[in-house]
Amino acid sequence: MITTSGLTKVYRSRGREVTALDGVDLHVREGEVYGVIGQSGAGKSSLIRCVNLLERPTSGTVTVAGQDLTALAGRGPRAGKELRQARSRIGMVFQHFNLLSSRTVQDNVELPLEILGVSGKERSRKALALLDLVGLADKAKSYPAQLSGGQKQRVGIARALAGDPKVLLSDEATSALDPETTRSILQLLRDLNQQLGLTVLLITHEMDVVKSVCDSAALMEKGRIVESGTVSELLATPGSELAAALFPLSGERTGAERTVVDVTFHGEAATRPVISQLSRTYNIDISILGAAIDTVGGLQIGRMRIELPGRYEDNVVPIGFLREQGLQIDVVGQEAVLVKEGAK
Amino acid sequence: MTWSEMQPLLSQACSETFDMVLWSTLIAVVVGLPLGLLLVLTDRGGLLQNVVANKVIGQIVNVGRSLPFIILMVALMSFTRWVTGTTIGTAAAVVPLAIGGIPFFARLVETAVREVDGGLVEAVQSMGGNTWTIVRKVLVPESLPSLIASTTTTVIALIGYSAMAGTVGGGGLGDLAVRYGYQRFETELMWITVAILAVVISLIQFAGDFAARALHRRGGRSGPAPRLRFLKAAEPDPAEAGKAA
Ligand SMILES: Nc1ncnc2c1ncn2[C@@H]1O[C@H](COP(=O)(O)OP(=O)(O)OP(=O)(O)O)[C@@H](O)[C@H]1O
Ligand SMILES: [Mg+2]
Repeated sequence: MITTSGLTKVYRSRGREVTALDGVDLHVREGEVYGVIGQSGAGKSSLIRCVNLLERPTSGTVTVAGQDLTALAGRGPRAGKELRQARSRIGMVFQHFNLLSSRTVQDNVELPLEILGVSGKERSRKALALLDLVGLADKAKSYPAQLSGGQKQRVGIARALAGDPKVLLSDEATSALDPETTRSILQLLRDLNQQLGLTVLLITHEMDVVKSVCDSAALMEKGRIVESGTVSELLATPGSELAAALFPLSGERTGAERTVVDVTFHGEAATRPVISQLSRTYNIDISILGAAIDTVGGLQIGRMRIELPGRYEDNVVPIGFLREQGLQIDVVGQEAVLVKEGAK
Repeated sequence: MTWSEMQPLLSQACSETFDMVLWSTLIAVVVGLPLGLLLVLTDRGGLLQNVVANKVIGQIVNVGRSLPFIILMVALMSFTRWVTGTTIGTAAAVVPLAIGGIPFFARLVETAVREVDGGLVEAVQSMGGNTWTIVRKVLVPESLPSLIASTTTTVIALIGYSAMAGTVGGGGLGDLAVRYGYQRFETELMWITVAILAVVISLIQFAGDFAARALHRRGGRSGPAPRLRFLKAAEPDPAEAGKAA
């Protein structure tokens, strides 16, 4: 639904150059919620602003719903008619809501419809229906300043939906909200995604956001996407930083002559008594250092950090057994070995 | 001088001042508003970025702003004659007043429009709005309380200028005060004109503040409503500063 290829963005100001995007290839499938996560300055905002060409990419292409937006952009700095039409079919939600303080809530939601030239009656019908959808039907005549942050963001979402977009872009839409409100806004986005089949590209710096609503995720660092995929793909990738950050496991090695292993269960493996089998088969004592279970995109995922007596070399066979059970095994502190094995 | 002698003089002077200020304000607002908007739009990073146009408009506005009104008036004599066919009378006084008021108002508009949050502009761009839509639906309505305060400031400044313009044949209260109060020692009449001016200016200020505040409140915004621009321009609005932080 959204594809960027070789997207670069270089900001030039007063002779200094900042490369905010450095060859980004992003692929967001239709109907999914896609999260982009990364540290401050990684280029997340630049990326999402390039998707609807609010920011002109320095090079590369952006395709949304099969339409090459970069081709519509023209040469001048101003957006031509075709690009503006394409933008009206892409909704955008902002961190600071960006509601017009001089307009009522309803008039704010009507604004995109005014731009589309929809008649007055139809505008108010649609605005009220959208406000109802986001649970703010009673606030239609209020002004934005009279609303809480969460309510403002609901108005922002209703407004973004006014043009019947297929795609919703959200730049840190929950970053100015408290955890409780964040959850309710994320739930709303998830519901809209499911009810309307809306494709959502969201930017965040909070892992929890990715964990609770995203089907897929990408990690950005210094203008590049360093990891990407569906959440379950990421969890199945040995050494994935995103997976580790999504499901952090703690627990330190208790002695030198010990091997620490992170075990990830998903799907059917999660239901089998693997650990006790391991203990019985090889007659070893296993200590559990940490464990976490979570539901991601409707799938149960469990992770466990266990400790086996002896060094890695002594434990090759039991670890092999675990692998045979279809579990994903990351040996902590054995990156080199891991890479070698991955190459095989 | 008795009150019955003064009364017709005063009422005529009042209506002359009213005419001069009304027409010159109208022209200043009608021309100054687009100029002020252009100053913002053509600036670096603006929607209609055009460095040359920005420099030219900026320079014209600066010169117009800094020239003492009395000099502007004299310098514009031949232009005034070309426009109105004469250099004396109320209509002739409107020309330099309007031309003095345009850059004055344009700068105030520029300051007011610059305060509009760039995020709002971006939001409308993301909906597919063009520059004209942004001007109509964002820049002007969002800065309306400030624009009203700016208009108040301009009216008051033009009342001051009109007293000067009056002395060159435009009539009005300033002219009356000079002719009778200063040249014929009719001190009483002079004080009455001073009192009338003081009351009128206070009323305009009050009405302007009231309108700006009412609009500001309607939006339910907290923080101080915009008041006289030239007094407040240097101070950042705490509400805005808080938003940026
Ligand atoms: N308009 C601009 N002009 C110059 N440099 C910019 C501009 N916008 C962003 N940058 C630079 O580009 C880089 C990426 O910025 P960007 O806003 O995309 O980061 P981000 O990942 O969204 O960060 P955050 O999480 O803080 O929002 C930063 O180094 C930033 O300083
Ligand atoms: Mg950002």
